[in-house]
Amino acid sequence: MAAADELAFHEFEEASDLLAETPDAATTSGSNQLTPQGHVAVAVDSGGSYGAEEEVEESDRTALLQEEKQQPGFWTFGYYQSFFDVDTSQVLDRIRGSLLPRPGHNFVRHHLRNRPDLYGPFWICATLAFVLAVTGNLTLVLAQRRDPSIHYSPQFHKVTVAGVTIYCYVWLVPLALWAFLRWRKGVRERMGPYTFLETVCVYGYSLFVFIPTVVLWLIPVPWLQWLFGGLALALSAASLVFTLWPVVREDTRLVAAVLLSTVVLLHALLAVGCKFYFFQPLPLAHPAPPTQAASLSPDLPPPPTSSAHTT
Amino acid sequence: MAEAAESSGDPGTTSPRPLFAGLSDISISQDIPVEGEITIPMRSHIREFDSSTLNESVQNTIMRDLKAVGKKFMHVLYPRKSNTLLRDWDLWGPLILCVTLALMLQRSSIDSEKDGGPQFAEVFVIVWFGAVTITLNSKLLGGNISFFQSLCVLGYCILPLTVAMLVCRLVLLAEPGPINFVVRFFVVIVMFAWSIVASTAFLADSQPPNRKALAIYPVFLFYFVISWMILTFTP
Repeated sequence: MAAADELAFHEFEEASDLLAETPDAATTSGSNQLTPQGHVAVAVDSGGSYGAEEEVEESDRTALLQEEKQQPGFWTFGYYQSFFDVDTSQVLDRIRGSLLPRPGHNFVRHHLRNRPDLYGPFWICATLAFVLAVTGNLTLVLAQRRDPSIHYSPQFHKVTVAGVTIYCYVWLVPLALWAFLRWRKGVRERMGPYTFLETVCVYGYSLFVFIPTVVLWLIPVPWLQWLFGGLALALSAASLVFTLWPVVREDTRLVAAVLLSTVVLLHALLAVGCKFYFFQPLPLAHPAPPTQAASLSPDLPPPPTSSAHTT
Repeated sequence: MAEAAESSGDPGTTSPRPLFAGLSDISISQDIPVEGEITIPMRSHIREFDSSTLNESVQNTIMRDLKAVGKKFMHVLYPRKSNTLLRDWDLWGPLILCVTLALMLQRSSIDSEKDGGPQFAEVFVIVWFGAVTITLNSKLLGGNISFFQSLCVLGYCILPLTVAMLVCRLVLLAEPGPINFVVRFFVVIVMFAWSIVASTAFLADSQPPNRKALAIYPVFLFYFVISWMILTFTP
């Protein structure tokens, strides 16, 4: 499949806009409905010309896609292998696409090209869980070096907590979103909803920007930490919103606004929760014992009990 | 058989006869040797070896397996592109290494329940489930390595990190301080790099060429987590 990139059709901005606006456009999810109605204004050439050709034979592409999508049953190993059918360059390209969201570019159309993979989401979540636990621990080590009264412990249970939280987020929230979008499918005539795997893919890749952010949270300057956190949240949420916007904009305004704000809110909740649980905000001048805070309530900042008698 | 055919042709009869037709009336008066061994000489050494492993002493059995494990340890310590780990895989080595590592890493019972290092079960689960996940990942990406071969390679390549754990434990017997930490850090980093190089030497060839980085990255993450557990160990 090394030539897949050359054979895959290249989408351009005018073309994808036309695709989104053309009524009864085919292949939104790629795997189910392949009704060849209307023309699809997408260029198929892989050479140097960058003009979008207007009328392309739909039936050829439909036939080709139908041959491709002969998926084996879910009890065979080959079924799951089809979700890992990515090359290194494709994964890197998808990561780059999630890091730099642009308003016209739909992540699913432009980068996934309707071929979602499970490699990216799974390993990005695993990396994020371990990096969270490791840097949280490192913060404690650095804090202890500044103030030897803090009791250091490896805190291995945080790995479990981090892993469970992140994996639940990346699987359950896309499930809810996908179910909701399917339920609202009747309102929308033009674009069908994304498949479940595409939603999982979007969420998984959007979490990538948090990995360098978490490493940068080692710097013990509070306003810098909030700055980095805000930046990462903005990039990540923007990627999600730009992907969901074409699907949601035909819906009523209220539903669209509520849906998008819920998505952004959940994302923010994840980021803030991680920040507070794994990186207890230890003030520089008045360090408080974090173990006491960890056992009491991990969401609140540690009580400044020791500030009275350390000054 | 060759002598009989020659002797039937010896009288020099001119009429063409079918082959071996006069075999029945051969006279054996000439000095043609008709005796000899008709049994195939057996390689009795191999036959006995195969059939009598039930009868050998227990020491022989254990030493044979231990020698196989030891040979693979040498292959890991001096990684060259060889097939030994893949061809004769076994899981004894990984089990020994994993149990040793988990025994050394578990926290003492004095520590509190919540904060502390990993328990024996946690280390064990991380090592084995991590190895299984990486194997599944490489198979799903299209690698042509069998399940147990990959488990074997990943398990054996924990050997440098186990050595690092032993060294760290010895170093921790000295007084704590920044030099202590720097020495341990250096040792763990070197052994981590050694593990990665060893496992890459064995595993990289079985992956499709444009997905090698995708298959090697989880190995890197796996050994990174184990190194982290070793580095943050406090007795």
